[in-house]
Amino acid sequence: MEAFEILWQTSFWVAAIRIASPLIFATMGELICERAGVLNLGIEGIMTAGAFAGWITVYAGGDLWTGVLVAALTGAAFGLLHGVLTVPLGLSQHVTGIGITLLATSLTYFTYRVALPEVTSPPKIEPFQPWAIPGLSEIPLVGPALFNQTPLTYLAYVVVAVVAWMLYRTPAGIAVRAVGENPAAVEAQGISVTMIRIGAVMAGSALMAIGGAFLTMSAFNSFFFEMINGRGWICIALVVFGSWRPGKALVGAILFAAFDAYQVRLQQVTGGVIPYQIFLMMPYVLSILALIAVARRATYPKALMVPYQKGER
Amino acid sequence: MTPSSGGEAETVLRLSGITKRFGPLTANDAISLELKRGEVVALLGENGAGKTTLMNILFGHYVADEGSVEAFGRPLPAGEPRAALSAGIGMVHQHFTLADQMSVIENIALGTQRLFSPRFDKAKARQRIETLSSDFGLAVHPDALISDLSVGERQRVEILKALYRDARILILDEPTAVLTPLETDALFATLKKLVASGLSIIFISHKLHEVMAVSDRIVVLRSGRIAGERRTSDTTRPELAALMVGGDIAAPAVTEHAPGGTMLELEDIHTAGRAGGAPLDGVSLSLRAGEITGLAGVSGNGQAALAALIAGTLRPERGAMRIGGETINRWSAREALRRHIGRIPEDRHAVGMIGDMNVTENVISERYRTRRFSRNGFLDWRSAETFARGIIDDYDVKCPSPDARVRLLSGGNMQKLILGRALDGDPQIILANQPTRGLDVGAVAYVHSKLLEARKRGAAILLISEDLDEVLALSDRLVVISKGRLSPPSKRGELTVQQIGELMAGHGLEDPSHAA
Repeated sequence: MEAFEILWQTSFWVAAIRIASPLIFATMGELICERAGVLNLGIEGIMTAGAFAGWITVYAGGDLWTGVLVAALTGAAFGLLHGVLTVPLGLSQHVTGIGITLLATSLTYFTYRVALPEVTSPPKIEPFQPWAIPGLSEIPLVGPALFNQTPLTYLAYVVVAVVAWMLYRTPAGIAVRAVGENPAAVEAQGISVTMIRIGAVMAGSALMAIGGAFLTMSAFNSFFFEMINGRGWICIALVVFGSWRPGKALVGAILFAAFDAYQVRLQQVTGGVIPYQIFLMMPYVLSILALIAVARRATYPKALMVPYQKGER
Repeated sequence: MTPSSGGEAETVLRLSGITKRFGPLTANDAISLELKRGEVVALLGENGAGKTTLMNILFGHYVADEGSVEAFGRPLPAGEPRAALSAGIGMVHQHFTLADQMSVIENIALGTQRLFSPRFDKAKARQRIETLSSDFGLAVHPDALISDLSVGERQRVEILKALYRDARILILDEPTAVLTPLETDALFATLKKLVASGLSIIFISHKLHEVMAVSDRIVVLRSGRIAGERRTSDTTRPELAALMVGGDIAAPAVTEHAPGGTMLELEDIHTAGRAGGAPLDGVSLSLRAGEITGLAGVSGNGQAALAALIAGTLRPERGAMRIGGETINRWSAREALRRHIGRIPEDRHAVGMIGDMNVTENVISERYRTRRFSRNGFLDWRSAETFARGIIDDYDVKCPSPDARVRLLSGGNMQKLILGRALDGDPQIILANQPTRGLDVGAVAYVHSKLLEARKRGAAILLISEDLDEVLALSDRLVVISKGRLSPPSKRGELTVQQIGELMAGHGLEDPSHAA
């Protein structure tokens, strides 16, 4: 019975939304990239770089929002690299993406060591604080979960809306979707495929980096190694789970985060009878099952992972 | 507004001295061309004559090595589709450039509104599309997804795309290759309306009767050069054909001879459907030695299933199949090859050949397991290459070497490779599924002659084609397929075209016991 009571605890839902926030940013980022036809496996590394870039900016005396901006720019820079390698040069998106992850991660750790050679325990910053939205945050259960979070979480909500609006309601979004479906169609309408794809990868990578920065600047208050811990890979799965649609991907991110928050609490309830690793595994097992159930029927962007070379027959 | 025939209409487009080389190949050699307002110029030529290359230069997909393009008196910068678009040139590509999972509106308006405006003005786009649709007879639902549209509808979307951008010059690259006869008629009606409204059209084709039907003037290309230019009213089909191929082409001469024994027999076969087409519903058919059995029908009525059945990629759910009198129990593609069925598949790109593998690899792909091409699990490349060279020589395949990737070959040459592979070792049963689709006059004649040769030496051939003229010209016996059922076979010349048309529409086929 105790296992079900967890679901009525406010703290559980607050945690779920907090855990979901970085996933939402990064999933939206990956979604934009893939909608433009570019798989971005650099996500894990870009999140790491973003986490560090945002945090070190604040640690060096910058303001929190400056930190977010620096994280986004760092992400965009790695996105530019990934874009140039995969779009005009047409390299394998898998290999390049894994390369970007390795590069961004090691470069981050290297910079950390160079910047802070003496520290043994990671220094702390003053992170974003929860900011209760008057009125809304007083609704029972839902209120504190959704409306007593840090500003970065609110930004995540906004990002989903903006991405959805952009993809379906603006000329640029139509171009992004078209370039992921049939680049030749975009070329024939006088738009540069290279420009759209690189732009999308840069924008998407910037969002991934903000997702990383959420961890160091909102969820926690310092940077440590391995802190992304596979979240990037989860976002890749969430994009598929969401059938490349922002709304569905948002639901997926919250669902996954809820499982994650749930398993932590379940560990305490069951009191050590079941090895805790089983619980840690649970969200991932569930996400695989969810993928099997949902994603087999998904219509993926037709030109995903297909490099476009102008004038090739 | 209306152009007077042969009058002093303004020149809207001028290509001068266009030359384009791809490595050692000169695709366009000093081509000059003029297009007047309100005129339909047909660009006629075999596949590989350089028609599409020329138009891709005009539209900015390729950059010419020499020469210049002028639209409405102003030079067009090379290699910029955007410049061509804004100069009022619209192109309908042979392979449509549409995004399948997006709506008609989105496809048409793509790139017509400022890219970074906060909102896509859908209402405005819809209104304009609807006006254009009704003005020019291009009926299509603006909110439909492209993937739900038929090929003919997709082509209308392509034309609307050009009109939406105020195209004054429309280029249509092989527009009828994918259309049914009815859709072709509708397209021609639309073109007439467009011309009447002052547009100029370049119509690329290799089909003589179409060119004669729609154009005012015909420019014939051969091997990258202009082989001749005629006013449509002053020329004839034989003259154009001669210009196209540089000589005369004989119609296939079919000599009468008595068929031999039954090679393949289908009895009351039921299958699943294939490629979106109908399943076979109680098909009985026998293929006899030295006889071409032609299968006519509207696409999607079970041809794909019948072809897959004979090729070994589809098993019957019910019914019996006999080859040389022997009942087949375990049917598979490998079994079909072992029984030596020569297979010419419908789609050479998707099924017939593997584009990124080379000629040698492709021609041995059906037989690489045999002792001829492998020993103890290792491929015998020397023997394979000898085989490939043999096909290249015997079938006159134009390719740089047996190591060339098949993707780089033209459709006709690819089909010759497939013929060489399928006809190797004189198969007694041949499945020819759309063997000449998309080929030019010369290649069509070649394929026909090879099929007739095989018939002469006693092969049993099933010819499946949507081109009724082809079926009628070659077949000794005709069956019509409709909704997965076959008409009783009729001898050459026994039925009129109208009777065949009724069978194609499914009249008189209700009772499956009628079958052959």
